[in-house]
Amino acid sequence: MLTDAEVEKIAALARLTLKDDEKERLKKDMSSILDYVETLNKVDTSGVEPLYQTTGLVNATRTDEPRNEFPMSEKLNELLIGQAPQTKDRFIKVPSILKK
Amino acid sequence: MINHTIASIQEGFSRGSFSPQEILDDYRKRIGEVNKNLNAFLTLLDPPSDIGNWKMETGNSESPLWGIPAAIKDNILIEGTRTTAGSNILKNYISSYDATVIKKLRQAGATFLGKTNMDDAAMGNTTESSAFGPTKNPLDDKMIPGGSSGGSAAAVAANLAVFALGSDTGGSVRQPAAMCGIVGLKPTYGRVSRHGLIAMASSFDQIGPLTKTARDAATVLNVLCGHDIFDSTTVQKEVVDFTANLEKPIKGLRVGVPKEFFRAGLSAEVEEKIRATVKKLEGLGCIIKEISLPNFEYALATYYILVPSEVSANLSRFDGIRYGHSVKSDSLLETYIQSRSEGFGPEPKRRIMLGAYALSAGYYDAYYLKAQKVRALIKKDFDDAFERVDVIVGPTTPSTAFKIGEKIDDPLALYLEDIYTVPLNLAGLPGISIPCGNGAKSNMPVGFQIIANSFDEQTLLRVAHQLEQNLK
Repeated sequence: MLTDAEVEKIAALARLTLKDDEKERLKKDMSSILDYVETLNKVDTSGVEPLYQTTGLVNATRTDEPRNEFPMSEKLNELLIGQAPQTKDRFIKVPSILKK
Repeated sequence: MINHTIASIQEGFSRGSFSPQEILDDYRKRIGEVNKNLNAFLTLLDPPSDIGNWKMETGNSESPLWGIPAAIKDNILIEGTRTTAGSNILKNYISSYDATVIKKLRQAGATFLGKTNMDDAAMGNTTESSAFGPTKNPLDDKMIPGGSSGGSAAAVAANLAVFALGSDTGGSVRQPAAMCGIVGLKPTYGRVSRHGLIAMASSFDQIGPLTKTARDAATVLNVLCGHDIFDSTTVQKEVVDFTANLEKPIKGLRVGVPKEFFRAGLSAEVEEKIRATVKKLEGLGCIIKEISLPNFEYALATYYILVPSEVSANLSRFDGIRYGHSVKSDSLLETYIQSRSEGFGPEPKRRIMLGAYALSAGYYDAYYLKAQKVRALIKKDFDDAFERVDVIVGPTTPSTAFKIGEKIDDPLALYLEDIYTVPLNLAGLPGISIPCGNGAKSNMPVGFQIIANSFDEQTLLRVAHQLEQNLK
């Protein structure tokens, strides 16, 4: 079973805050799932290379030329920037991270 | 009641039986009548303004889906319209561009009826985790329609759309298709562009069609696939006509039946239907071979390490700063934490937490790296099998549709529903689920899954079509 401290540490890493009942629930659920995945320890993987993706493609490159599939317009600007909770002109405004 | 396929509508257009406007109006009317109960659609879209001018003609080769009304899973962007991904975190999000698959469908002449309900951020297999309430199974509204593309499957099964798009990360197209008694195709990883799909687990996600028939699935796949500069995982492969070989007999085709598929947990009524369908294939002249996928039993555990890991990385973009649900706060960190904690539902939180755990310092080798190695072994099992057989067959799911609410409190029990579908996503293989009759006990549809080697959708669809003709 995961401890409270472990669950809180993971939540902090994941940028989440958990209510008490959520924490209890997650402790239980995550522990049972982690117990289940323990079964992988039965598999001998010595000498096996990990498979990160299945296409076999390596370094998909393209020529470095300007393209214009998305010409900037007021409408596109509104859809891209206008949906941020705080904006100023054509920019997204964020809370400051440096103390004055 | 209308029970159209793409093929039957095209035939109707060419005979002059109805116009695109009439067809679209028919479907919109039906949605108006039954969607309130089914909750298959979250958003209805306006018809094209010029639909009245779409003159009677047969769809030419440039517009193979001319005038065909489609439903789109609500994690695929249609410019200027709402895309929620079934989640509170995107409740008010307006798509800033068309997904590549939407551009392709537009070019092919399809029309869009609306956006369909789905599990929260595509995580789940019942559509119960949607922030906007569950979708009901049109065959029995006490039952789940499957998921995560449950709205898309219900829409097609209830004749609220001729076909639909879904996305399949671990079975989310095939499983709801099985539960609703329709056809669901997951193409090979790399076939179809995911540009404009809300990312869940990027080395698994693939967009696929939900249709009434294998022929319709082939028609839609013809339109969807191809290299896209906006998705570097799409392969530069010659695109074949997937409808070309459908009528070719399957006599002599080698069909593998993995002995590991018939395990504890597979319901008796599903097993009975699957074995009967294998007999049908034998009757069609296929050579049936028992095969072994030795690492099959490890697929689900592998999946539930790797997918949460990719989920935890992909969903870090939901930060309350750029778009989506946002809680105003004094500090940047509190904005992140409060926005995410309010916006994500229980299942995304569970997977983000699992992923963050598996990727965290000290655990990476034991969980993530170990799972990627087992993934290689699972892929190798399939590679070895396809040396001996042309397709592999078995059940899509261990049981038929169950009651809404029945398994909602047991995530591990729900994960076990994915046991037959996730191995394909781990290995990148194409798979299709077709209905093979109703279970003797439940009287709900059973899905028969056909699996082919990478990029061999042609054989996959041919077997599905030939079988379909003999299951009628």
